[in-house]
Parts: sequence; structure tokens; C-alpha cells
Amino acid sequence: MSWLAWMAWTGPTAVFFAAIAVMLAGMTLLAIKYPSSARVGILGIETARGDRLFITLLGSAFINLAWLGLVDAPQYGALIICGLFAFCVFRWV
Amino acid sequence: MTQKTTNQRAWFLVLPVLALVAFSSIIPMITVVNYSFQDSFGGNEFFWVGLEWYRELLQSERLWDALGRQLLFSSIILLIEIPLGILIALSMPKKGWMASLCLVLMALPLLIPYNVVGTIWQVFARADIGLLGRAISDLGLSYNYAQNAFDAWVTVIVMDVWHWTSLVALLSYAGLRSIPNAYYQAAEIDQASRWAVFRYIELPKMRGVLIIAVLLRFMDSFMIYTEPFVLTGGGPGNATTFLSIDLVKMALGQFDLGPAAAFSLMYFLVILLISYVFYTVMISADNDGAAR
Repeated sequence: MSWLAWMAWTGPTAVFFAAIAVMLAGMTLLAIKYPSSARVGILGIETARGDRLFITLLGSAFINLAWLGLVDAPQYGALIICGLFAFCVFRWV
Repeated sequence: MTQKTTNQRAWFLVLPVLALVAFSSIIPMITVVNYSFQDSFGGNEFFWVGLEWYRELLQSERLWDALGRQLLFSSIILLIEIPLGILIALSMPKKGWMASLCLVLMALPLLIPYNVVGTIWQVFARADIGLLGRAISDLGLSYNYAQNAFDAWVTVIVMDVWHWTSLVALLSYAGLRSIPNAYYQAAEIDQASRWAVFRYIELPKMRGVLIIAVLLRFMDSFMIYTEPFVLTGGGPGNATTFLSIDLVKMALGQFDLGPAAAFSLMYFLVILLISYVFYTVMISADNDGAAR
């Protein structure tokens, strides 16, 4: 895979992007099988399933950065908060 | 609760665009993510450092100072350009050759390349030979944008206002022209004041274009690089070093690819968040408008 050397791939980043790709593929299949219904949640905006995933991913990035900058503890803690955040977003947003 | 079913198969139609975007944006972005977790010493050799660059940057005063300057700059730009653009649009002739002339003149600054704008103002504002700088100095005022931080800020802001207010004015003008005459006739029958016409007819009808104007001006001012770089080079000291100037210094000046990549991603996340908020507001505003 020398033609990919310029991208400076590492194991953890490959896993990260693979997870994102699997998530997107899963959401696509889910959307084909069970077409999404948009709804208005607690934020007062209309969101479909994909919007909720986007909000979750964007929010998770900020949760991780905040954890890194403010809390002196292993990063796994941020992952737990991201999980809770994702649950809340998919349930109520 | 609104319930709306959509056919997601239509997304396959955007696959060709997705392929193009992959090569122009997604693959380079993935590379930046890969860089941000590694240290590089040249020769395409990379060493895993984990979250080190992110941790370092989040605790760096340099980043927070640049972010503060950037937010201050964007806020000032919006506070000046949006009302000024609306005012200009309201003052522009509604029809005839004067309207066409005004439109052409207003569009001129938008056609000038960014680096040329920087160069024009660099010469124009010079205290020794520039028309503006010399005139201010001859009035007995102390002015030197190369040595005084306040003067540098004023010059960068005035330059941006000169360059971009016309965009807001043109968008607002388009919004104003789309208001049917019946609204004005009704206001006249009601003997509405000029202020009432603006507040209850023109401003609500311009809401859509104004949201676009605010979004465009915010994003562009938040990413500003060329004009201040050509004009002040980020100085005096770091007074006009905005996020993008700082980023370029880090990536190309110091060749710190890892920290610069982490910096880029955090910068990108902030822009993505703000764009999403604006996008959501725009869509909600459109839906509200359609519902009325």
C-alpha cells in the first residue's frame, strides 16, 4: 500500500474512519429499509435520522475536546459522555 | 409533531458529486486527521503522538488569543457591514439608469482579487506616501498602521468594510426589489411612518437574504487571511494575527505539520458548528415563511 503512504495512515485513525464509514453505510441501509420520518424535537428544529447522527458526531467532537482541555482523566470518560449524548439526541432532538 | 416521509434512494443521485468531493475535500481532510496524531521530521516519516498536539493547543495562549481576535474581528465586521449594507440598499435608486450605475459601482470592489485589495490598502494607508495615511497625518492625527495596533485594526476593518459591504447592499437591494408594491400602497393608506414601513414590511421581507448575508460575511470574515496578511503581515506584534494567519505561520513558517493539522481540525469544527447553526436557522426561517 505504498501509494497510500502520503496519507500517513495509522491503525487507530484507520479504525476511526472505518467506524464512521460503517456508521454511514448502516444509516443508508436503514434509511432504505425504513425511510426516515422528520420530527420536531426539543431544539425546535426539524430533524431526520441523519441530522441526529450529524448533531451527535459534531457534539461528540466538542465533548472530546472539552474533556481533553478541562479534565485530567483518561479519554474513555469522554466516550461515555458521548454515548449518553448520542442517546439523548436520538431520543429527544 | 410533524411527520414527513422521504425517499432516501434519491441520495444515490448525488454519488458523482460525492466522488468529486472525495478527491477535493474528503481525502485531504482524512490526511489532515492522520497528521494531527503524529509528529513529522521530514522525509515522509511520522511518529505517533496520540492526542498530544490537541492537548498542547488547547492549553496554548497563542490559539486562544488568535481565536479571541478572530471573534472580535468578525463581530465588528457584522455590526458595521450589515446595517451599513441595508442603509445603502435603502438609499439606492429603484429604477432608471442611476439604479444600473449604482449596481455596477457597488459590484466593483467585489471583483478585485483579495491580494490586490491588500496591496491597494497597504499603499493607500501608508503614512508617508499613501493618500489616506498622508491626509490623516496632515490633519495632525498620529496614524501609522505598521507600528500602532489600534491603527492596524482600524485599517483592516475599514478595508474589509470597503471590500465587502457592497455584497450585503446588493443582497439587501435584491430583497427590497422583490417586495410587491401592494405592501407599500397599504402602508401609505395606513399613513405608516418611514420607520414603520422599514420595521414591519422591508425588514421581515429581507429576512431570507439577510440571513444569507450574515452567514456569508461571518464565514468569510472568520476565515480571512489574504487582505490582513498583505496589509500588516499579522502585526504589529501579533495584533492582527487571526486564526488563518497563525495557522499558516505554524504549518508553513515553522513546518509543524502535526500541531498545524490539529489546529486546522479545531478551526474546521468551529466553522462547521457555526455553519450548521446558521443553516438550521435559515431552513427554519424558510419553513416559517412558507407556513405564513
